[in-house]
Amino acid sequence: MSSAEQWTHPEPREGPAATAAAPTAEQVIAGLRATSEGGPELVQLLTPEGERVENPEFDRYVADITDEDLRGLYRDMVLVRRADRESNALQRQGQLGIWVPLLGQEAAQVGAGRALRPTDMVFPSYREHGVAWCRGIKPEELLGIFRGTDNGTWDSVAHRFHPYTIVIGNQVLNAAGYAMGQRFEGKVGDDDGEATMCFFGDGATSQGDVHEGFVWAAVYDAPLVFFCQNNQWAISEPTERQSRLPLYQRARGYGFPGIRVDGNDVLASLAVSRWALDECRHGNGPVLIEAFTYRMDAHTTTDDPTRYRLSDELEAWKLKDPIERVRVHLVRHGMADQDYLDSVQADADKMAAELREYCFNMPDPPVRQMFDNVYAEPSPVLDAQRDEFLAYLSAFGGEH
Amino acid sequence: MAAPAINKPQTAPAVQSLTMGKALNLGLRAAMEADPKVLVMGEDVGKLGGVFRITDGLQKDFGEHRVLDTPLAESGIIGAAVGLAVRGFRPVCEIQFDGFVFPGFDQIVSQVAKLHTRTQGRVKVPMVIRIPFGGGIGAVEHHSESPESYFAHTAGLKVVACSNAVDAYWMIQQAIRCDDPVLFFEPKRYYHSAAMKAEIDPAATPDPLFASRVVRTGTTATLVAYGPSVKVAMDAATAAEEDGHSLEVIDLRTLSPLDLGPVFESVRKTGRMVVVSESPSESSIGSELAARVQQECFYSLEAPVLRVHGFDVPYPPAKLEEHFLPDLDRVLDAVDRSLAW
Repeated sequence: MSSAEQWTHPEPREGPAATAAAPTAEQVIAGLRATSEGGPELVQLLTPEGERVENPEFDRYVADITDEDLRGLYRDMVLVRRADRESNALQRQGQLGIWVPLLGQEAAQVGAGRALRPTDMVFPSYREHGVAWCRGIKPEELLGIFRGTDNGTWDSVAHRFHPYTIVIGNQVLNAAGYAMGQRFEGKVGDDDGEATMCFFGDGATSQGDVHEGFVWAAVYDAPLVFFCQNNQWAISEPTERQSRLPLYQRARGYGFPGIRVDGNDVLASLAVSRWALDECRHGNGPVLIEAFTYRMDAHTTTDDPTRYRLSDELEAWKLKDPIERVRVHLVRHGMADQDYLDSVQADADKMAAELREYCFNMPDPPVRQMFDNVYAEPSPVLDAQRDEFLAYLSAFGGEH
Repeated sequence: MAAPAINKPQTAPAVQSLTMGKALNLGLRAAMEADPKVLVMGEDVGKLGGVFRITDGLQKDFGEHRVLDTPLAESGIIGAAVGLAVRGFRPVCEIQFDGFVFPGFDQIVSQVAKLHTRTQGRVKVPMVIRIPFGGGIGAVEHHSESPESYFAHTAGLKVVACSNAVDAYWMIQQAIRCDDPVLFFEPKRYYHSAAMKAEIDPAATPDPLFASRVVRTGTTATLVAYGPSVKVAMDAATAAEEDGHSLEVIDLRTLSPLDLGPVFESVRKTGRMVVVSESPSESSIGSELAARVQQECFYSLEAPVLRVHGFDVPYPPAKLEEHFLPDLDRVLDAVDRSLAW
């Protein structure tokens, strides 16, 4: 099933040989692997050069994609990246406390996000800005988390997009439970069935919650697509620190299918996600998708990747940029001209300007907000604590 | 596994002025030099040196067998450390942020805390779990919490919190030498504070680990704090001096076991006590202090014990944390209320 090169089993090393300041052999190998094609089983429909390659298994899942749809996917990715870069810049200018960049993962997220239907449910981690976009959540609504005004303001029930989950892997079990509920309510079994998709990273696959999520979804036949974005790095740790074998192969041990898709190919991500969701709708879930991609920026704005990875690696991945290949494809096949590309860029710039303006004008939250919604039922004890504190503050003057 | 060779690491050669973060780094380094069974393990602690750089350079100098970049699993870090401890190692686990300890909570309360009892004392679990804790860094959810009370509540665990660079240097070494498991809380917002730099003399004799300490003497009222709140209490005491109030400040240092002798002695002198802590107040270290002080110092108290804590709400978004965290004004307000009783 797997080629030997996909396996890693680093030899234990001892003593001074393992202590050099330069990257260890293991880290070099990890870096080299990250720049490879992701193995022979990688599903790819659009090459990094923008060539459409046939895939007898998955072509049918994007057979309905029109030129207009393809332009739409391109536009999604350009706008998502622009919002990401603008938010990153806002952090650098002190407008946000921290930002979590998605740079490089636009295709994985837009492909998955556009495969979802409004009736499907999504459980994100904290880097799913592209999926949020596809669920109709404006980039402005993400800012509060990172500016420190709130924990996310979108209506997670209306959008069917759960709040961002920061503790690594927690949301995977929550997603399993939600998907079990879809099944218990008889919403699974035909073309109109519901499904759930949950997002997590390569690092999260080591967490007990993720393994338990695999078990629970499997034994309850939950309509759940596990969408793992393997962006090669869990802060400073390469994927080899989490697993000896390609992550998608883990699914087999839990009794459901696993597949690896080129996470920088929006068309393949869309096709594979549609297939996986379709399986779930019909009651054949769960399914694990490993989207093989790359975190082109830091883990967060507080991280410094130069301490643990080589810049060559980033340069190699730039050649596989998720947006560039679609642009080339569109232009080469006459689906887009320069005017169109310019108009998308203009839309992106306008959106970024609005995002920026919005951020500058975000008010600080009122003090009483932290006492709100702690409990669903009235809490006289907490109300008293709040009132006492607000009375204390009012002695200093001002509105709280 | 053969004993790994050690590159000649540099210890603190002489008295140095260090930040708390650097003091912890050198303390860990000294402990690793002193005992080849000491291991450091956690997420990103190797090449990166930890997200706060507390383990900076340790993997380079001691090798990958002694400084482990672990898979992303806190239950795994702690559970595996238990096994390593049973095997004779002294693991020092780093939990990246306070709010991420909970996947390991089961291992801590079910195994770390109980193994010694379960084996009638035959098996020791000499491990340290380092947890950067507390707020004030403008972070997102789960990065600013004060979960110490959960652990102080659990029999079989020892819980300490350092408040300054000198203690950080010594306490981490003492915790590693301790044969019981120690939860080691570090006030992350002071890690790199230049203002908190202190002279550290590696030749000095440190205070015992499980001892609280009077850090400022006074007569009007007693402030009891630990970790990041010690600085708040000290600043409050300085400010109170201008109003003619002489506040005594006690740094608890050890949260379990509590060392309350100095607290009782102080309260018998001042008759008033205010506890300062970032954790929510309900069933907290502050609750325990209030109970014990009223029991032991009942006839000395001129006012009820007051607590200035975080509120009983989830830690709020960063823009509200200045209101959540005890500050100088809230401490002084409590002192005033105590004095007005």
